[in-house]
Amino acid sequence: MDPSPHIVLEDVVFARNGRTIFDGVSLSIPRGRISAIMGPSGTGKTTLLKMIGGQLKPSSGRVLVDGEEVPKLGRKALYRLRETMGMLFQSGALFTDLSVFENVAFPLRVHTRLPDDMIRDIVLMKLEAVGLRGARDLMPAELSGGMTRRVALARSIALDPALIMYDEPFAGQDPIAMGVLVKLIRDLNRTMGLTSVLVSHDVPESFSICHHAFIIADGRVIGEGTPDELRQHGSEQVQQFLQGQPDGPVPFHYPAPDRVTDWGDVQ
Amino acid sequence: MTDALARLGRYGLTLLSTWGRAGLFLSGALWGAPGQNGGFRLLVKQLYAIGVLSLAIVVVSGLFIGMVLGLQGYTILSDYGSEEAIGQMIALTLVRELGPVVTALLFAGRAGSALTAEIGLMKATEQLASLEMMGVDPLRRVAAPRLWAGFIAMPVLAMIFSAVGIWGGMLVGVDWLGVYAGSFWSSMQSSVAFLDDVVNGLIKSLVFGVVCSWIAVFQGYDCVPTSAGISAATTRTVVYSSLAVLGLDFVLTAVMFGGF
Repeated sequence: MDPSPHIVLEDVVFARNGRTIFDGVSLSIPRGRISAIMGPSGTGKTTLLKMIGGQLKPSSGRVLVDGEEVPKLGRKALYRLRETMGMLFQSGALFTDLSVFENVAFPLRVHTRLPDDMIRDIVLMKLEAVGLRGARDLMPAELSGGMTRRVALARSIALDPALIMYDEPFAGQDPIAMGVLVKLIRDLNRTMGLTSVLVSHDVPESFSICHHAFIIADGRVIGEGTPDELRQHGSEQVQQFLQGQPDGPVPFHYPAPDRVTDWGDVQ
Repeated sequence: MTDALARLGRYGLTLLSTWGRAGLFLSGALWGAPGQNGGFRLLVKQLYAIGVLSLAIVVVSGLFIGMVLGLQGYTILSDYGSEEAIGQMIALTLVRELGPVVTALLFAGRAGSALTAEIGLMKATEQLASLEMMGVDPLRRVAAPRLWAGFIAMPVLAMIFSAVGIWGGMLVGVDWLGVYAGSFWSSMQSSVAFLDDVVNGLIKSLVFGVVCSWIAVFQGYDCVPTSAGISAATTRTVVYSSLAVLGLDFVLTAVMFGGF
């Protein structure tokens, strides 16, 4: 396997509406491995995925995918690069007017000129991989949250991408659906050799499958390494996040005026 | 004073940037004329959703407006003993003005609001983002077929509106109030010019089709992807489209029939 990293972010700064979301983030995501990007809600994990996919451009710094500098790509080159990426959105983002089968067939119909019988076979294989071959005729409105994400996963691997990005795949899932998704992410990585980028704040699930993790807070990477290395990490902020402590370097209280200002000098 | 100036400047900048985005949006979508890779099928689907499903409201409205024109026209013209000219009056009113304008207003209310809500919801549920990430340009896949369908459907709907309106006027004028049918049709035939009236009416409805579809699709595409954002965008579609249609109608009428 090519030893060069699949994705590289170099000193990325990103600001929106006057707020700096990333202030010099640098990270390197290895090829063919599962990398988790973790951190408290609102730290810009999804924004990071959007920059990798070229949907957002950094204010400064470089974002490289497969050696290509994404923000500098033209429209055609960017769309060609995206054909090698899959992305699982938090909501699934299935097309509500298409059946499960047609949702999975969609990228094949748009990007290939394969005959219908071959598309049918590929779609059924992808649905089989996520355990939903029998749900091919259902409409998205008839699916549970977990099933929606599995169909979206089948759709995102329809073109056999080299890279797949998961945006909060475990959020709002029951334990069984979560277990299914953990298994699918692990199996897809192993069988297809995919580079998998997992954005999540679910520590146990992410640590159970990732090879490497980055923890982001306050616009920068505050810790990185294997799950074992991170569990031993010396940073209080990393430990507060991993152990879910309500107070610490990230304070329990949102910044507010002095209590006396709001309530007066009440004993 | 300084605050007011700053607010005015900010409003001006926001307006300019919205116009810029809308212009880029339209050019991006028009480059993606349907046709390639299943585009024709998408166009037909949108023609059905925008055009065919608007037929009922257009036909019913056209019928009643034609009937009202027949009744009002007869009442006024009979005062001067010229009720035979009712056919001419109904046809010219419908073909030149009411056909294109009322169809465009109905279109904005029925199809325009539906387009905005549909695209806004696709944005809110990340369907547009997922298209982008699949290497599919949403401007070409989602916006272009809807825009082209609106451009095509509006003139056809306006023609149907006018035809049904004339028939409704005939029902009232000839069948109910007893105007001689020969006079009804011959006054219409002698006064309605194909180029000056019918073609000019079609040009009006084509312009309204472009404006209404552009506003509707852009508002959906540009909306804040929340329930409140979609609701506000849908309202803006109906308000902006109606104002644009009425304002442009005056300009086009002045150019076409005002001798300017």
